[in-house]
Amino acid sequence: MIESYIPIFIMIVGAMGFAVVMGKMNEFVGPKRPSEEKLSTYESGMEPVRSARERFSVKFYMVAMLFIVFDIEVVFLYPWAVSYKLLGTPGFITMFVFIAVLLVGYFYVWRKGALEWD
Amino acid sequence: MDLFTILFYVFALITLGAACVVVFSRHIVRAAFALLFAFFGVAGLYVFLLADFIAVTQLMVYIGGILVLIIFGVMLTQKQINVDIKTSPVQTWPAVLIVAALAGVLIGMFWSTDWARMGEISTATTATTPKLGEMLLTTYVLPFEVASVILLVALVGSAMIARRERNT
Repeated sequence: MIESYIPIFIMIVGAMGFAVVMGKMNEFVGPKRPSEEKLSTYESGMEPVRSARERFSVKFYMVAMLFIVFDIEVVFLYPWAVSYKLLGTPGFITMFVFIAVLLVGYFYVWRKGALEWD
Repeated sequence: MDLFTILFYVFALITLGAACVVVFSRHIVRAAFALLFAFFGVAGLYVFLLADFIAVTQLMVYIGGILVLIIFGVMLTQKQINVDIKTSPVQTWPAVLIVAALAGVLIGMFWSTDWARMGEISTATTATTPKLGEMLLTTYVLPFEVASVILLVALVGSAMIARRERNT
């Protein structure tokens, strides 16, 4: 059974190898003629004023939390989708209840205005 | 040694090496990125344990979700000007106690497992995901629905914490 992972493994090695080789090739082959203007933070852009380090809004946390919750929901959807035909209508109803419960939370967050970026 | 044995050691080495970087690195962004390789190695080890669904969950939730969140958070908050961030060890003894307990569980599991029978199990096992799907939506349907309620609690809780009271 583990033999079925060989294509995935080859793909991982290929993708990583491609990324590393291309990145390194750029480093070794590409011409490097730095000038003061090129090395500035925003080349041809505005001069940056003050530090970029700031406190970030807690709203980022809200978005991240929403993302994680629905990411986990997808993980639950996956085994259901794999054996969907076998589970049939009862399985569909069960999954629908699962999603409905999460939708309650989604609408709560929506109604509370946590999704708005005012 | 066959190919799979070598691959197992490669994944084990990736996991342990990256975990060491996570623990010993003073640079918190570097530690967060090393965690990526540690999680990836663990996902590979799950594949070797024939737990394909757990491996997918590891990739989806830990690498795709939690780690992205950690890296995001760490990159936004490191070098914070007016907050004191500690990178030296704190609370050594509680940590030692918890790690010792965890190690005890893992070592106990290692000794109580009948490794000699693993060969026949690995040849008899097929993909676990369809079976897990069946069990989750038939026998274990209550824990499955409770999981959605827990996710709901997480969602509502984070909304309560993060939402700023609107003065309208």
